[in-house]
Amino acid sequence: MAESGSTRQIWIVFWILFVLTTVEVLLGIFKPAFMLENAVIGVSLLNHTFIILTIIKAYYIVGTFMHLGHEKKSLQISIVAPMWVLVPYLLFILLCEASFHGAIG
Amino acid sequence: MEKSVVEKNVWNGGVRPMVASYGKLMMWFFLMTDALTFSAFLGAYGFQRFVHADAWPVADEVFNHFPFLHGEYPMLFVALMTFILIMSSVTMVLAVHHGNKMNKKGVLIWLGLTIIGGLIFLGSQAWEWSHFIHGTYNGALLGADGSIAHYVAGTTNEIIRHGQVLTGDAAAAFIASASEIQGANLLANEYGHPLFGDFFFFITGFHGFHVFSGVVILIIIFINVLRDTYEKRGHYEMVEKVGLYWHFVDLVWVFVFTFFYLV
Repeated sequence: MAESGSTRQIWIVFWILFVLTTVEVLLGIFKPAFMLENAVIGVSLLNHTFIILTIIKAYYIVGTFMHLGHEKKSLQISIVAPMWVLVPYLLFILLCEASFHGAIG
Repeated sequence: MEKSVVEKNVWNGGVRPMVASYGKLMMWFFLMTDALTFSAFLGAYGFQRFVHADAWPVADEVFNHFPFLHGEYPMLFVALMTFILIMSSVTMVLAVHHGNKMNKKGVLIWLGLTIIGGLIFLGSQAWEWSHFIHGTYNGALLGADGSIAHYVAGTTNEIIRHGQVLTGDAAAAFIASASEIQGANLLANEYGHPLFGDFFFFITGFHGFHVFSGVVILIIIFINVLRDTYEKRGHYEMVEKVGLYWHFVDLVWVFVFTFFYLV
């Protein structure tokens, strides 16, 4: 059973998610030019920002709402490790192949 | 609970190395595999988007409508949907919180609000789909080669295709071979490459079905709470397990929101 903490932590996380989503939406609407034009490893700074903010949101949802942060270390690792290994691997292969797709016709 | 020697044996499931019940552990592993499924979908979306970059529509030019308002409001409606789902995640976590305190009334209130949040989200998604399927007032031109073009505003002989303006003979030849298209289906859509529509229907549809199943499960749990099932059982762990699923649905939406609407 999960330990029953106070609801304070829950509302803090709610506000974090709220603010991060608002930032994402504002960036999505206004698309600052310097973020759109500068790219790092083929992806614009704007998209890097979106992805980083999304991962931060995921961290708070999984850690606090799903309570994984309070589970045993072995459970945490057995859930998170496959994601951190397999998903970047899959994306690396798919996106690299996609960027060569035109070259090999 | 009886504790025999056999139960305490490490090799017969007598101890819980992860200090989580069987049900909760299996929910976690199910969610992990489901997350891999969604990663594959979004990865495939990324693949096709890279391959067809020139013909891929810009999402906030497609989803720029808000119910009861005229004009263009990119992102606003989908942002609202995101807030609704985050809010329902908060109410769910509060339901679990009251469950841990064996507070039946608190569980009922917050579980009820979670169900309402889920239903509002489903309704919003239905509206979004309906709008996507029916399309814009102007529609678009579907060329014989399968590419999509739009008239330059206010003209009937100049078109924009893949971000380039065509005029004169080139435009006339395209228009002559093209047919009018409005809205979206699985074969073609007025916004751009057909795969954009396919992925939209498939990924948001698969997520929406998760939300729908979640609402159904929440309603079953709500009835069980009303019938004192968990009061008799002595704990509300079932609410916690369903809560895990519900937060996962929120989590997936956070990623769908980013990769479909923002990036």
